[in-house]
Amino acid sequence: MNDQTGGKPALRLIKGGVVYPNGTRALHPTSLDFAEGAFTVLLGPSGAGKSTLLRSLNGLVPLSEGHVETARLGPVRGTRGWREHRRATGMVFQQHQLIGRLTAFANVLTGRLGHHSTLRSLLPLSPDEKHLALDALDRVGLLDFALRRADQLSGGQQQRVGIARALAQAPNLILADEPVASLDPATSERVLALLHDICRQDGLSAIVSLHQVELARQFADRIIGIGGGRVVFDGPPGALDEAAIRRIYGGTAPTQVHATPILETTP
Amino acid sequence: MSATTQHGILAAERADGRRQALLVAGVLAICVVALAITGFFDAQRFAEGIPALAQLGSEMIPPDFSRWQHWLRPLLDTLAMSIAGTILAVILSLPLALLAAPNTTVHPALGHITRLLLSFLRSVPELILGIIFVAAVGFGALPGVLALALHSVGMVGKFYAEAIEHVDPRPLEAARAAGATRVQVITKAVLPQVLPQLADITIYRWEYHFRASTVLGIVGAGGIGFELIAALRLIAYDQVAAILLTILACVVLVDSLGAALRRRLK
Repeated sequence: MNDQTGGKPALRLIKGGVVYPNGTRALHPTSLDFAEGAFTVLLGPSGAGKSTLLRSLNGLVPLSEGHVETARLGPVRGTRGWREHRRATGMVFQQHQLIGRLTAFANVLTGRLGHHSTLRSLLPLSPDEKHLALDALDRVGLLDFALRRADQLSGGQQQRVGIARALAQAPNLILADEPVASLDPATSERVLALLHDICRQDGLSAIVSLHQVELARQFADRIIGIGGGRVVFDGPPGALDEAAIRRIYGGTAPTQVHATPILETTP
Repeated sequence: MSATTQHGILAAERADGRRQALLVAGVLAICVVALAITGFFDAQRFAEGIPALAQLGSEMIPPDFSRWQHWLRPLLDTLAMSIAGTILAVILSLPLALLAAPNTTVHPALGHITRLLLSFLRSVPELILGIIFVAAVGFGALPGVLALALHSVGMVGKFYAEAIEHVDPRPLEAARAAGATRVQVITKAVLPQVLPQLADITIYRWEYHFRASTVLGIVGAGGIGFELIAALRLIAYDQVAAILLTILACVVLVDSLGAALRRRLK
């Protein structure tokens, strides 16, 4: 496997495969090493298995075979193991997945849940944690909107709250599932640039699924092309030539899949 | 479009119309039969009944409010019963609703059992529960509160469960991804979403409880209903009228208070 930045991998997927309960094979057994501090883009059309691969990395989609290993925890196993792994892994979603009637601040605070026991989380959070959440909002430029209801924010702002929620976890890995697919092109680029810069500054590893080739080329340290539930390309952005793109998109021009990104579901 | 297909469409439309006419006629027939079975077409009973009703009505006028001081405490009891019954119902309903809703239940089988329990509680009228609790703990407001609460658990639990069932699942996934436990997902991602709806259901139920608790007084479960049945037994229809008017005023007051509370939640 390609490993652009070198060093010990932050996360490893070892022969991981996913078969959904309805029998659909969404991910063929795949082994991937994700380098510490690298910004990796999973590129592919809707339904290729990007979302499945990404979600299998923090157990939101359970692996049918194989396992996940992290530098810190080793093989991730059991409810406790996954909880520990998830606590250190921030996730950014396509549809933001905020609670609309709560404030941006309250939404960001949910990023702290993994750090507390069930009983402790019934009590108010410490001032330190509240400041951590406000710092996260400040970094995405939304401190002034902290007490605004999430559903009163624009799409781009909501996604920035989503990023702040992931940052509030103080993670060492960020997973982002089509983080800009519901945004207009200009906002997409701004939000992705923000995510990229934060990961770079904090030395966070990031795995981001995208379907736009141009954005992938612009931001990725490494591009993994997914097609039909398999890795069909793996290399630096410079190696992503026309042939590779055809391999990923199966002959269809990648622009054609832009039409229905919002409807994309896991296959 | 060719003429033959147009013809076919029109024929299908006519057949559709005939089916609908038949359906309406069928429903109407069932309604008429129901009225007949319950004696609605017995002209003689109406001929005798209407003057009796008029007599009763005339005895109610003017309403006699002279005993109003004796109604204050029972009215306060009724209000207290409605509030106590509501809070008890809420305390029992919330955990049951979480067990009943498919997205928060511990196990699907337990969800079914809980829903069955809620249906059972709903199907026992509070009047029956009132009689049972009066027999168990004696006269007064307490059996009334227990009857209101237990019957309402069936209703409130069902409505809570439906609200919980329809929450947006995406913030729940986000909470899980951040490492939240099952209980944390419920307290921090499910309940914040449904809180306004739960409050709405609860306030509506409180309004209902005030109306229902007047009826419960009739079986000896305290409150203004007890005064009402006492006046009826004495055939003091002018007092009955006064109590009914008092209850009406209180119901209007409670309902508008509830409506104002619910508006503030929007």
